[in-house]
Amino acid sequence: MERYDLATGSLREMNAQLQAVAPGENLTAWEILNPDGRHAIAVGLDAPIEVRVMGPTGYYCSGMNQQATVRIRGNAGPGVAENMMSGKVIVEGDASQYAGATGRGGLLAIKGNASSRCGISMKGIDIVVGGSVGHMSCFMGQKGNLVVCGDAGEALGDSLYEARVFVRGSVKSLGADCVEKEMRPEHLAALENLLESAEIDTDPADFRRYGSARRLYNFDIDNAGAY
Amino acid sequence: MPMDHHKPNIPATPPRQSWTFSQDVNAEIRRAAATGIYDIRGGGAKRRVPHFDDLLFLGASISRYPLEGYRERCDTNVTIGARFAKKPIELEIPITIAGMSFGSLSGAAKEALGRGASLAGTSTTTGDGGMTPEERGHSKLLVYQYLPSRYGMNPDDLRKADAIEIVVGQGAKPGGGGMLLGQKISDRVAEMRDLPMGIDQRSACRHPDWTGPDDMEIKILELREITGWEKPIYVKIGGARPYYDTALAVKAGADAIVLDGMQGGTAATQDVFIEHVGMPTLACLRPAVQALQDLGMHREVQLIVSGGIRTGADVAKALALGADAVSIGTAALVALGDNDPKWEDEYQKLGTTAGAYDDWHEGLDPAGITTQVPELEARLDPIEGGRRLRNYLKTMTLEAQTLARACGKSHLHKLEPEDLCALTMEAAAMAQVPLAGTEWIPGKNGF
Repeated sequence: MERYDLATGSLREMNAQLQAVAPGENLTAWEILNPDGRHAIAVGLDAPIEVRVMGPTGYYCSGMNQQATVRIRGNAGPGVAENMMSGKVIVEGDASQYAGATGRGGLLAIKGNASSRCGISMKGIDIVVGGSVGHMSCFMGQKGNLVVCGDAGEALGDSLYEARVFVRGSVKSLGADCVEKEMRPEHLAALENLLESAEIDTDPADFRRYGSARRLYNFDIDNAGAY
Repeated sequence: MPMDHHKPNIPATPPRQSWTFSQDVNAEIRRAAATGIYDIRGGGAKRRVPHFDDLLFLGASISRYPLEGYRERCDTNVTIGARFAKKPIELEIPITIAGMSFGSLSGAAKEALGRGASLAGTSTTTGDGGMTPEERGHSKLLVYQYLPSRYGMNPDDLRKADAIEIVVGQGAKPGGGGMLLGQKISDRVAEMRDLPMGIDQRSACRHPDWTGPDDMEIKILELREITGWEKPIYVKIGGARPYYDTALAVKAGADAIVLDGMQGGTAATQDVFIEHVGMPTLACLRPAVQALQDLGMHREVQLIVSGGIRTGADVAKALALGADAVSIGTAALVALGDNDPKWEDEYQKLGTTAGAYDDWHEGLDPAGITTQVPELEARLDPIEGGRRLRNYLKTMTLEAQTLARACGKSHLHKLEPEDLCALTMEAAAMAQVPLAGTEWIPGKNGF
């Protein structure tokens, strides 16, 4: 286990060391001490390493992650795992705004709640939230899955493209062109896998599925009031 | 008794068209009444606005000594991004190619832009939709745009780029997003953008994971950390509030500012947006330079100005007013063959004429530039297109050098406002140079 203490070291040095790990090296397990809400921790990683961040993080922790597994032992600031390509990011506390924004792959698991715009413009990432999500979550979601074990705020899935949304609790309101859809067996199976990967034990049968009605895919003046 | 309108001895009053309700205005009212939707088009503002044409160089005189043309050096190189980046960009000429997307432009057009820019010793820029291997391969210096949509964004391409341009706004539509219509969404465009083929693709107007200058500072930190602090980071702003936007971008840690006035083009936006939002390039330049000077950052943070740059005279005037470089988009497309009269028959079939064609979003460009239709795209030879762009860039550079030598300047960056006068009061006020033949600068010295 390698340890890096941000109380005495620098963000640049820490990220450079994590980014420099080459495939086949032994330095596969890291612990980041005293993150104290610093921004841009463990960004741009591209190796199958495991990183434990021992405390709360600021903006963009694990941004653009590839391959790595990053576990945040605390709350995460805005934009955690933004534009993630692959790998896994686990937030053991709550996450602030824009969690998983524009992510293109991998899994973001948030054990607590996520704030507004969770999964905004997601492009293939899977996001599983143990608690609730705030307003405008999955706004313009293009691909991937957003799973919410608690409740969803206003305008869920507004202007949704092909991303799928699963919610166990209540939905305050659906956004433009977002509708409830039939939960078929393949969806239940996919949901079961996502929950298991996120280390969340709950019954997929309790969820409802939401997706795009695809009415706004091509501009039509008669739909102008819906935008 | 009925009035006789044809009495030969009474002068006839000619039919009088209304200035307010002109033929163009009435035609637009009829079009709107028939369709129920605003007009969408490509390009920048078409209205007449104060521009570099309204400025003149004074040239040499008894008190100003000129340099010998073809003999004495007048350098044109510029370094961009030395404030924080470990690997600043070195350009041979102060004219770059602006961001234009693969999707709005054909693959051949993007390749031609890369070839032309590389031959001329300058950079080209990606656009919404990500970086294509062809574009990277044919561009010696490639600036990777970081846009609100984040279509195709990935860290590998970020690291392949020579610089990163965070797009906050653009001159044609400060505050507006975009829409790439379904007919231009080929399989490849759709795949790069993670969306189904054939649907309209909206480009967001705001970044999804930050708001305001304090957040932008953290975003810049993240991008620098991901790329090892190697790449220059530009911030592109539309011509809305150039003094404050420039100051805020500098404060957020930008290496360079790209400032785009309202004549700057877009792939597609509402005509009402293009013509009625944002300021002319000429009006934006001096406030941005002032902001840099007030912060002690002029020449430390480079200012790249775009929006209606067409000639070496425009280049020289922009640099004289304090820009470090300029960027061209529409002019580069024209150099490749956009709106060429040789396609007039086809323009007529599309209900337009050469020079006025601006339905770039519809993907039917006869010149094969703003299209994804293979038969049309094949009309543009990227090698020949690159050569034409190189020639055009070289010509503009020679023109700018000619003007600089006439002012006695051994580098384009030595041009200064004192070398200029203005033909109109508006231009004098905006450029803050004297009205020709006077010492009067409107707004200065209490007048």
